[in-house]
Amino acid sequence: MNFLELSPLAVLLPIFGAGAAFLARRRLRTQRLITIGILCLTMVLEVGMVAAVWGGESYAIHIGGWDAPFGIALMVDGFSAFMLLISTVVSLAVLLYATSQGLADGDEPGPVSVFHPAYLILLAGVSNAFLAADLFNLYVGFEILLTASYVLLTLGGTAERIRAGTTYVVVSVVSSVIFLMAIAMIYAATGTVNMADLAVKLPELDQGPQLILHVLLLIAFGIKAAVFPLSLWLPDSYPTAPAPVTAVFAGLLTKVGVYAIVRTETLLFPGGTVNAALLVVATLTMVIGILGALAQTDFKRMLSFTLTSHIGYLIFGVAVGGPLAIAATIYYVGHHIIVQTSLFMVAGLIERRAGSANVTKLGSLAKLSPALAILFFIPAINLGGIPPFSGFLGKFGLLHAAAADADALTWVVIGAGLLTSLLTLLAIIRVWARMFWRRAADAEVPSAQLVAESTRVLEQTAVGGAQAPHLGRKLARELEAESLPWGMRYATGSLVVAGIALTVFAGPIFAFCQRVAAELIAREPFINAVLPLS
Amino acid sequence: MSVNITFLVITGVLLAAGFYLVLERTLTRVLLGIMLLGNGVNLLILTTGGRRGVAPLFDSSRDPSEYSDPLPQALILTAIVITFAVTAFLLAMIYRSWALTSADIVADDTEDIKVSQSTAYDEEEDSPVAEDTTEFVDEEGRPIREGEE
Repeated sequence: MNFLELSPLAVLLPIFGAGAAFLARRRLRTQRLITIGILCLTMVLEVGMVAAVWGGESYAIHIGGWDAPFGIALMVDGFSAFMLLISTVVSLAVLLYATSQGLADGDEPGPVSVFHPAYLILLAGVSNAFLAADLFNLYVGFEILLTASYVLLTLGGTAERIRAGTTYVVVSVVSSVIFLMAIAMIYAATGTVNMADLAVKLPELDQGPQLILHVLLLIAFGIKAAVFPLSLWLPDSYPTAPAPVTAVFAGLLTKVGVYAIVRTETLLFPGGTVNAALLVVATLTMVIGILGALAQTDFKRMLSFTLTSHIGYLIFGVAVGGPLAIAATIYYVGHHIIVQTSLFMVAGLIERRAGSANVTKLGSLAKLSPALAILFFIPAINLGGIPPFSGFLGKFGLLHAAAADADALTWVVIGAGLLTSLLTLLAIIRVWARMFWRRAADAEVPSAQLVAESTRVLEQTAVGGAQAPHLGRKLARELEAESLPWGMRYATGSLVVAGIALTVFAGPIFAFCQRVAAELIAREPFINAVLPLS
Repeated sequence: MSVNITFLVITGVLLAAGFYLVLERTLTRVLLGIMLLGNGVNLLILTTGGRRGVAPLFDSSRDPSEYSDPLPQALILTAIVITFAVTAFLLAMIYRSWALTSADIVADDTEDIKVSQSTAYDEEEDSPVAEDTTEFVDEEGRPIREGEE
């Protein structure tokens, strides 16, 4: 069976699944089964796709038998297949998490049952954006995922979510308008929207129009990727959404923007004319993002700021260019998706366990909930870039590639990258020390529930004494099991394990990223696959 | 390709007015702004379609200047549908916002304000550490400090 021929199913399966899930909106069990089944099928398909392009092949599908540049083409190469697989793995984990949360809360059939269909449509949009070999199709992919994300972000329609949703919708619409303007102008200048055709025709334009088109595209994608100064909408809108929604948004949506930026810089405008500007923007994104994270007391908001901050590394990699930097960027995208999503899932667990994700109210969690502490600790130090985790490997690759041929500006950015890494660690340590290590009674705003529970655990430990020191731990485990359904814990755990797998198998994965990067920089594989005649 | 300057000027005016309205805090104005933006961009795409007044019908026997390009029209159709969906969603959201707060403005983010008003001083990290925190004492029970012998 040729998985590459089947790759349009990566978009179609979730779309049809969404339809079926919507029809089954009164039958929650069926709806859950459909959604999980569809995602599993999609994942199997994408594993096959990644295996098929593992050696560095590219394959284009011409929808409806219309040849490019006239028809719509889909492109499966290493980069898109890798992004597809990671996004599906992450969304499957988040879906299991959300399902388990819903089961535990006994979600009633009502407005909430649009969650599953909207979730599948979101995934279809993400897949479509990754597969698009056509700027307008990329735009459609963006719109599908954005419209689904509007629904998911305002789920339940509370005042807080409507406020967050307004900012998000307006910013997204403006970025789409700018993208559409760019498409119109590109079409006026070249007479095509096919990316392979554009890769041939755009360099023939004069420098002036080229620069305008280039910058317009980068602004549109920069808003979606949350690149400073276009990132300020993100920490305002993400934290209020339900935990699974924030987790999947943090993992996927900004990365679709980054994916589009990588394509723009490698395929459409490979000259590197704006690299100096990108370096400056990357520095500002990293440093200002992480300074914002340090100021937060709400854990979810802090994570949102680290999310935007680490987008800076990806822009940095793109700006440095060259095979190694692009390979490191691709690897870092994978790392960032998995780690940020798992941290947001942990934030959801903490909120559920302790009643709040605000660090000023928390304490004693290491004693009360050791499993939670482990689930937090691994992705957290991974984010901070502690060896041997993938965060360290990705950052090392980026900085190594940058330092190989660095001018003064690049050295400044390398310094900023190191500083950001340190400050991330500081932010993580502060959260760790407050939420997990200090006693609940020492919190700025002590939570009565946590204080009472930690006292009970300590008493049990004292009762057990030297003979039975496990009594306290047993009580802690019971309390944990009461508030956190096992499905949520295991879903988070599996994603944490996926993050570790990215570290353990870093060798083959990074070699794959290098093949992909070589392909991206060569450009011919993409152009020849889509335009067989040229 | 001849350029229709009237269309471009109208596009510019629509986009400028749209972006101005989007910057307002009143949600209804934001909605109007988004509708203007959508129409402005659609007009921009239309200008890329070549001469006006000719049908977008392709026939291989005809000269390319005798028909107009159908692709921009297809793009506009898609864009119109998308703008329509977004407008509908925004209307629902504005109605919900009005039902909840009976105000038609974007509210402030309270958490944001809290963070911006908090001081740099942090009790836990910045308060002076008490001197006698060592648990090492000499025979008389006095704390041993670094540098003393």
